[in-house]
Amino acid sequence: MSLHGHVYERRLVWRHRLGQLFEWACRLATFTALGILVLLLLSIGRQAIGWLDWGFLTRSNSYEPREAGIMAGLMGSLWLVGLTAIMSVPLGVGAAVYLEEYAKPTRLTKFIQLNISNLAGVPSIVYGILGFTVFVRMFGMMDRPEEFQCSLGFASFSFQLPLGRVVISGACTLALLSLPVVIIASQEALRSVPASLRHASLALGATKWQTIRHQVLPAALPGILTGVILSLSRVIGETAPLAVLGAPAQLSYAPGSIEGIGDAVQHPDKILQAPFDQFTTIPLQIYGWINETKPVFEHVASAGIVVLLAVLLLMNGAAIFIRQRFQKSIRW
Amino acid sequence: MALVKAFTQFVDPPSGSTSAEASPEAGGTPRAAKIETVNMGFFYGTHQALRDISLRINECAVTALIGPSGCGKSTYLRSLNRMNDIIEGTRVTGSVTLDGEDIYARDVDVVSLRKRVGMVFQKSTPFPKSIFDNVAFGPRIAGLTNRTELTEIVERSLQQAALWNEVKDRMRESAMALSGGQQQRLCIARALATSPEILLMDEPASALDPASTARIEDLIFELKQNYTIVIVTHNMQQAARISEVTAFFCQGRMVEVGQTKQLFTNPSQKETEDYITGRFG
Amino acid sequence: MSSAGRSRREKPSLRRAFSWLRLREEAIRCLLFGCALLSVMTTLAIIFVLVTETMIGIPPHTSFFQDVSLSEFFLGTEWTPNFSAEQAHYGVAPLVCGTLLITGISGLIGLPTGLMIAVYLSEYASPKARSICKPMLEMLAGVPTVVYGYFGLRFLTPYFIMPVFGGLGAQGYNALCGGIVVGIMIIPMVASLSEDVLRAVPNSLRESGYALGATKFDVSARIVVPSALSGVIASFLLALSRSIGETMAVAICAGNMANLSLNPLEATQTMTAFIVNVMQGEVVAGSTLEKSLYAVALVLFVMTLVMNLVSQLILEKFREAYQ
Repeated sequence: MSLHGHVYERRLVWRHRLGQLFEWACRLATFTALGILVLLLLSIGRQAIGWLDWGFLTRSNSYEPREAGIMAGLMGSLWLVGLTAIMSVPLGVGAAVYLEEYAKPTRLTKFIQLNISNLAGVPSIVYGILGFTVFVRMFGMMDRPEEFQCSLGFASFSFQLPLGRVVISGACTLALLSLPVVIIASQEALRSVPASLRHASLALGATKWQTIRHQVLPAALPGILTGVILSLSRVIGETAPLAVLGAPAQLSYAPGSIEGIGDAVQHPDKILQAPFDQFTTIPLQIYGWINETKPVFEHVASAGIVVLLAVLLLMNGAAIFIRQRFQKSIRW
Repeated sequence: MALVKAFTQFVDPPSGSTSAEASPEAGGTPRAAKIETVNMGFFYGTHQALRDISLRINECAVTALIGPSGCGKSTYLRSLNRMNDIIEGTRVTGSVTLDGEDIYARDVDVVSLRKRVGMVFQKSTPFPKSIFDNVAFGPRIAGLTNRTELTEIVERSLQQAALWNEVKDRMRESAMALSGGQQQRLCIARALATSPEILLMDEPASALDPASTARIEDLIFELKQNYTIVIVTHNMQQAARISEVTAFFCQGRMVEVGQTKQLFTNPSQKETEDYITGRFG
Repeated sequence: MSSAGRSRREKPSLRRAFSWLRLREEAIRCLLFGCALLSVMTTLAIIFVLVTETMIGIPPHTSFFQDVSLSEFFLGTEWTPNFSAEQAHYGVAPLVCGTLLITGISGLIGLPTGLMIAVYLSEYASPKARSICKPMLEMLAGVPTVVYGYFGLRFLTPYFIMPVFGGLGAQGYNALCGGIVVGIMIIPMVASLSEDVLRAVPNSLRESGYALGATKFDVSARIVVPSALSGVIASFLLALSRSIGETMAVAICAGNMANLSLNPLEATQTMTAFIVNVMQGEVVAGSTLEKSLYAVALVLFVMTLVMNLVSQLILEKFREAYQ
């Protein structure tokens, strides 16, 4: 029997060697993945050197590689992510509050929960098709677009129905896309609030909503914010759904033709007009530059990628800062 | 003292044990010591969990470790097969020897040590595999692939653990489907399958109903013919029923060790007496 | 205030009475329920949009399957919707083949690597190594897909695939590059999901293994991973479903040639890349080409939905087993 004696001993040496081999293989896998990240950043960074300058950030695009700029995309991305947040955050947090605080474990609740998990896994391009049909084309119900004027006294703006390839169509699409992620992140944050806090508040005679509004939500806020920022940083990187909406890769003006803060203050019309204006985004511009036939454009694309990654890093940094900041002050 | 007297009715002196020289203090010709710890100390980081433990554990006998929660008896048990190595930042001082060999020496292979020193835990921990695969796990990782030999070992181990008759027709079923008491006996069979010399048991019956507990105790009684058994228990009656030697731990020290009967009827230390008469713990 | 009035007030009724406060509570509850229901409506909207365009057709327009027969779509082997009407063929097989090819390659690369990273993080890594690796993996997961596409096209293909496979006839756009890039993209997802399930395996099982004389490898590979197998499979399914739905990276580096071939060195076209590619140009509203987008999207949606549903159900079972 090989359970004892020198056979076992010999095998044991081999087993230890196998174990070490396995451990090193696992380590190698991890370091390879991280190495790819470093390689990716370095190679793209190197290509961007000399092309990324202040002018690149403030110019709108041009067919001349040296004159190309990312201003239109940067502004488009900011408008888009802002409007997306306005829509998806209240709806997502509201849904999370309902599911965590109000819902009883019925079959309907279970179905909604399963549905949310599934929506989180639907390919983004399918959301693009949805947005294209519902917002851009409005089911093709109208033969030709109709123009509407809307005046608010101090300013006025115009929009079309169907909406067409405008900022608000993109924002609605991305709001639907980010909704499941926001809901799931908010649910986790709400779940981490201890039940004792709710009980204490209810015991003082507060109603359910008062408890949620004044106790639970403030306590869960850092977690919710972190999740929201992370999901919004995904929105910034999204390309496929916007490409499907038909947003152009290159555009020579920012939404609403706003040319700076002073311009926006002097012409409030432009701010109101921006959501109903055409747009492009940073990743769309990058995609456009990748598809350019002139090989020089790869430097422009790299510069664009560096800008995109910088924006993402900034948002992730903010998320980490919020998490650290508030975790210190609240400890259960 | 009346309480102590009352307690003696639980004490059933183990039948096979004729040698009275179980503890070092007892004098006379000692039986072969399987494991011996001398001035052993144990640290979790900077916190000292055990100090100055000197204990001899005899071959083919049952040694019970009793004491209040958090007294270090489980820590002591787990340091006999170096299970504490898994926890970061633990350290052992003094010496622990198995058959005269220091188990904490640099060149000791913990894997072969643990094969010789089996262990059964408080909570039954069947792997989510079939009953057969559970018992065959140890021999398999040791390198045994021969199907007939494996079957033999599995059958013998299950018979030793008094589980064979209940499971012989359902070897392919998941071990998770067994009852709590059966799962614990399965874990004992699994530990026996690697043919250990010593069996460490960490409160093996504390999560079981009285009937299952009785079966486990009968089993321990059988097993001590061939195995050296060290058992941690909360249950003093249990220690009294099954062990020859009992050691009383308190606050990281071993307060007293002696023949079980003597320790329960006539403890030499005040702390021991307080504990076994139920004044604390 | 009279004493009679006070005594009446001393015992307020516990019975429910109408109050604005209660009405507000109910209104808020309904509002929040509406938010939760929105997600269901999104799913219904997706299904409605895809199904009407492919199968039902709102009157002036016809549906896709009124233009193209079911058998041609599912059994045809040519996908040439851009050609003029007589020469256009709508057999979805080449697109599905391209998608599966890319998904297969990405799985071969991403799944084992991801699982090994998960094992490293949950079984081997020190807390310090974990605290360095996990944020970096999160960064890897946060890189937008268009960046991965660019990386594949400008670095992977010229500096890795061409030197190694150039002799075998690798093309500038090839499925291998797309597959590798998507494989890299799913690594962080597999790693983090699998790590969660591996860590859910109770420590008592690991200890039992060690007590039986198992090495760390025995414990990791023969106890922990098999015990978490269903959860690991669920994470694999989720990752593969992500590969199927991945768009930009594939559209950029795998080319846009619908190709019924499993040769990874040739250009190919996935379902997602087809949709993006068509939408980049002008599509005539109501044309069969436009409707074919919906048909392809429906196939894509159904494939990913089934995989997601199955993995959700497996994960639920897994959580029940260990809680």
